[in-house]
Parts: sequence; structure tokens; C-alpha cells
Amino acid sequence: MSDSHYTPKSKVGKWFNDRLPLLTLANHLTDYPTPKNLNYWWTFGGILTFCLITQIVTGLVLAMHYVADTKLAFASVEHIMRDVNYGWLIRYVHANGASMFFLAVYIHIFRSLFYGSYKSPREIIWIIGIIIYLLMMAAAFMGYVLPWGQMSYWGATVITNLFSAIPFIGEGITTWLWGGFSVDNPTLTRFYALHYLIPFLILGLVVLHIWALHVPGNNNPVGIEIKKPSNDTVPFHPYIVIKDAFALLLFMIVFAFFVFYTPNILGHADNYIEANPLVTPAHIVPEWYLLPFYAILRSVPDKLMGVIAMFSAILILVALPWLDTSKVRSAVFRPLYKQFYWILVLDVLVLGYVGAMPAEGLYLLVARIATAYYFIHFLIILPFLGFIEKTNPVPLSITEPVVAGAAMATRSDGENKIENNLKSLG
Amino acid sequence: MKKLISLVILFISIFSFQNHSISAEKIKFLETDWTFKGLFGKYDRGALQRGYQVYTEVCSACHSMQYLSYRNLAEPGGPEFTEQEAKFIAASFEVQDGPNSEGEMFTRPAKLSDKFVMPYDNVEAAKAANGGAYPPDMSVLAKARKGGADYIYSLLLGYDDPPANIKLDDGVYYNKYMYGNKIKMSAPLSDGLVEYSDGTQATEEQMAKDVTTFLMWSAEPHLETRHKTGFRVIVYLIILSILVYLTMKKIWSRVETKV
Repeated sequence: MSDSHYTPKSKVGKWFNDRLPLLTLANHLTDYPTPKNLNYWWTFGGILTFCLITQIVTGLVLAMHYVADTKLAFASVEHIMRDVNYGWLIRYVHANGASMFFLAVYIHIFRSLFYGSYKSPREIIWIIGIIIYLLMMAAAFMGYVLPWGQMSYWGATVITNLFSAIPFIGEGITTWLWGGFSVDNPTLTRFYALHYLIPFLILGLVVLHIWALHVPGNNNPVGIEIKKPSNDTVPFHPYIVIKDAFALLLFMIVFAFFVFYTPNILGHADNYIEANPLVTPAHIVPEWYLLPFYAILRSVPDKLMGVIAMFSAILILVALPWLDTSKVRSAVFRPLYKQFYWILVLDVLVLGYVGAMPAEGLYLLVARIATAYYFIHFLIILPFLGFIEKTNPVPLSITEPVVAGAAMATRSDGENKIENNLKSLG
Repeated sequence: MKKLISLVILFISIFSFQNHSISAEKIKFLETDWTFKGLFGKYDRGALQRGYQVYTEVCSACHSMQYLSYRNLAEPGGPEFTEQEAKFIAASFEVQDGPNSEGEMFTRPAKLSDKFVMPYDNVEAAKAANGGAYPPDMSVLAKARKGGADYIYSLLLGYDDPPANIKLDDGVYYNKYMYGNKIKMSAPLSDGLVEYSDGTQATEEQMAKDVTTFLMWSAEPHLETRHKTGFRVIVYLIILSILVYLTMKKIWSRVETKV
């Protein structure tokens, strides 16, 4: 941290800061040099922080009224919806907040993929991010179980049963997870305890995520290392703060629209039927944000292999900084990667779509092709691309896009391209 | 950005094509003009009061509404009976209370704070009385079925003679909108089944509409507050966004980069 020489002006401030340098930290956060060319895709870090805080605060209030007991859980949620002051608002914000959280995290992840933010020296930020994402999925899944509706119960049954695919010890693990021989009261109470715990683990990891970010500083749309502070940077406050605030407000408008006008559209109608172990719903589907992985799981005929494929699909991201062999970060200067990037986006959307459909016929075929492509993208295309792709000239700085070395002759050409590219990023 | 938009369009077109290809077996629900839809949607007070009448006189013989209390009938945003009316309604039901000081259970007329009286003591009793099918609790029914209010409205009016290729057992009826087309509830409504005190003609469609409105309210009792609050919140956010946008422009004008 470059600004450790900071001394508070007031005597009391200095006295306090010498003992606990909170003011130094605050000073670092406000002065933090940020690339001035960050576009709106970079505002989702702040938006995600907002999502996490919203979930924690609303969740805390819900926890005051919710009862984790299979006989009372469903009724206690109805109590919140009907009799608790503004309980309906708090619950709808929490339920839709989960969806908004995932929407934002997917944009955040795909922004990183596009601009190569996971590459050296930011691998640790990336890996912490993947762990946060995994914890988010666990928290969301367990949260969905708590209202004890039909989808809660059967979703929990399907997902926990996945562990029984592990050879020899699988059955034992499943029984251990359930705390019995089926999803029942012990399962509900432990899911509740974990659902309460995980957000605070995420909060801790978010601090590490930001800490790790503040060591090398932000990546930027051009994807080059810049001098900090310099002509290429602006202090975090007020420039980035106000921009993040504006983006957050737009995000909140979308969020509010869901909460107030279509609060149940992202959920499943069956979850308003109380859980019944004797009646299986016609289709058991997870929440939309887990659908791509659900599609991968079902596209493999063998249960164990399906589970492995599903977890690999997430864990493969941990190796991404080393699978991508290109020296150039930003897709702006990688004509081939840019195309494959959009194919990957489409591939994940297709996976999400077939994940919501019954696993049969054409849907299953499409799911299999899309699953295969997902892995091919990361394991074959990305490593090769670094060697065969001819990248466009990269500027040396943000303010003065001077093109490096051999490309001097075609400089004006390259400059135009860069400018166009920057414009298209808006 | 253009690419993103074209991608989204492509995706939506694939999606709608897929939907189209399997929609051959899907049936469109009957449509009616619900007052509670839309950004400013409110319940029709008259429909709610009539709907409650249909529920009590017809549905409640088999269907419980366990999450509703009699006090809800007088609460704002609902049927809005006066407190006197709601007390009178409650008092027409007997509930079990106790134990008293002698340790005996006793019955008394229901009060505003009591939950709606259930037609059966438990699910098993309900099943036994209805040919093995449990008449679902109606408190959140309008949210627990795909299609919501439209589905319930259609189902109530969807009874018909079965096509020649479908054979029905005793006590099973044909319904165009029921999942699998077989339902154990006989057609519950018929013209003139109840007598509305406000002079409205009790046609089958009218009763179906009224009782569905009532069920929608029981599933979403705070819908009116939600719509009203939502409008205020969104207007507030839009105004604040504009102010923050202008502030941002002003601040960033010190830097030559555009935001």
C-alpha cells in the first residue's frame, strides 16, 4: 500500500491511528488510484457488496420470525408474509435478492473472462472469487430449502443424493448430511444453521478479495499494467464512488421491479405447496442460477461421472489463469478469443435453458453437446489460442495509446482500431 | 454491446421456437379482466366480498384456509368488511377452546383472532371424505399453481363432457385445464348457486371470477400496498438516479475521459 505515510491532522486522530491505523486504511480506500477508463461492467463489484449486505440484513430480520421445524417452517413463512410488519417486503427482497446476487455475480465473472482479469498478477483474487461463488451456491441452495415447500424438499433430496454417487462411502456421507435416513427435521435445522453461517464466511472472503485486489490494483478494459498513481488513474473517491453509485441505482430499479411487481416469477409455484414426502412434483428443477450445472449433471449418463462433471465445471475455473496461455489480457486485442468468448456465453445460456427442460430427446442431445463444448473451451481452445492467435497491437498507456515496437509502421491503423474498440465498449 | 444484444435476440428466438414446438399440448387459459394486474392493480372490493360468500357457501365444505383469520376480512386491502360485520361472520362459526379451569375442552363462537374453521380435522379425514383426494388448502393456492388466478378461473369453468377416447371412473370428472384432465372435484359452480346481496347476477362466470379474486387476495393479502409502495420506490430511484447521473457528469468533467 503506497500511502502508508499518511498522518492524520488532528492530535486525537494521530494518537488513535498510531495504535490502530484505521484512518490510514480509510485514506488508502479514498485515494486508491483506479484506472480512469473502467467501464460500467466494472461497477458490479460494488453492486455485489450491496447484494451481500442486503441479504445479510433482510436475512437477519427473517431469522427473527422464521421457525426451523418441518411442522412449522411453512406456516412461519406465511406468518412473515401476512402478519409481520412489512414481512412480505423483507421476504421478497431476500428471495429476489438471491437472484439479483447471482445475476450480478455472473456479469462480474464474465467481465473478468472478457478482460482477462484473472491473469497474473491477479490469480489469487480470481481464486478467492471462485470460492465465494461456490459458497454462494451452497448458501442459496440451503436457503431455498428453508421455506419447506415441495421444491425445497425435493430439491434438497436430489442434491444431497448426489453424494451417494461417491463409491463405498457415498451412502454413509448422505446419511450423515441428512442426520437421518431421509431429508427431515435434522436436515432442515442444520441447513438453517449453515445458511446463517455462510454469508459471514463470504463477507470475510470478500474482505480478502478486495485486499488482494488492492495489491496490484484494478485491471482495465485495455488490460495493460498502468503506473499508479498517474495520468491514467483517478482517485477512488469521488470518481469511482459516484459512478458505482449511479450503476447501483440503475440495478436497484431492476431489483425493485422484481420485488414489487413480479416477486414470484423467478421462483417455482410448487414451493407454495407445503413439503410432502409422499408426493413427488412432476418436474424437479433448481433455481435458474444453478440450471447450467444441473444440465451438465444430467447430460452424463453415469451418476458418479455426472457429479464429477458438474463439480469439475466449477473447479476448472480455478485453473483458468494457467489454462489461458495468452500474454494479452483484454479480449479487445484478441480477435479470436473474442469470438470464442461469445460462443462460451451462448453455450452457458443454452446449458441453462436445457437445464430447465426435461432431460430427454433433443434437449438431452443439446445438453451433451453444450457440456462437451464447455470443457473443450477451457481445456483445449484456451491453451491453444495463446500460441496461434495473432493479437492486435496493445497501447502502452491509457491516455497515450502509443503502439509498441514493430507495430510502429501501422501505428495510425492500430490506434484507430483501439479507439474503435474502446468506443464499442462504451 | 451490439453483439450482446444480437446474442440475446438469438437466444430468445431459440427459446420461443422451442416453446412453440411443444405448445401443441399446452392449452391457453381463459382470460378475464383482473383488476389486480398491472402496476396500479387493486382488488375489486365487491368481488372480494362476493368471493368470500362463494368460498363460505361452496368451497369451504371441503377446502380449508388455514392461514387466514377472521380479522383479515376487516383489514385494509382485503374485502374490507366493517369490524362489526367481521365479528358477526366470525361468531357464526364454532371453534374448540380450552382447557378451562376444570380441564375440559369446550366450544365457543369464533372471535376475530381465530383462524378460519377447517372443514376436516386432518388431512386423512379430508381424504377419506373425498374419494382419496385431498382438497388442497386454499390460503396460498393462487400462488401454488402455474398460471395463478387465470388457471383457477379456467379450471372452475373448464368442466366438459370427456372426449370419446377418455374413460372416467366413478367420482372422476373431466376438466380441460386440470393437469392430466382428470379431477376428483365435481363442477362446483352453477348459475344461481348463491344469492348475492348486492344484486349482482350469480352466473357461473361471475362466481368463478369473484372467488378467484378472493383466492388471489388470500394468497397476496398485501398486494395493494406492494403495488403502491413499488411505484413510489421506483419513482424515487429514478429521480435519484438522474441527480446522481448529473453529479457524476459534473465530477468527471474534471477528467478528460468520458463516463
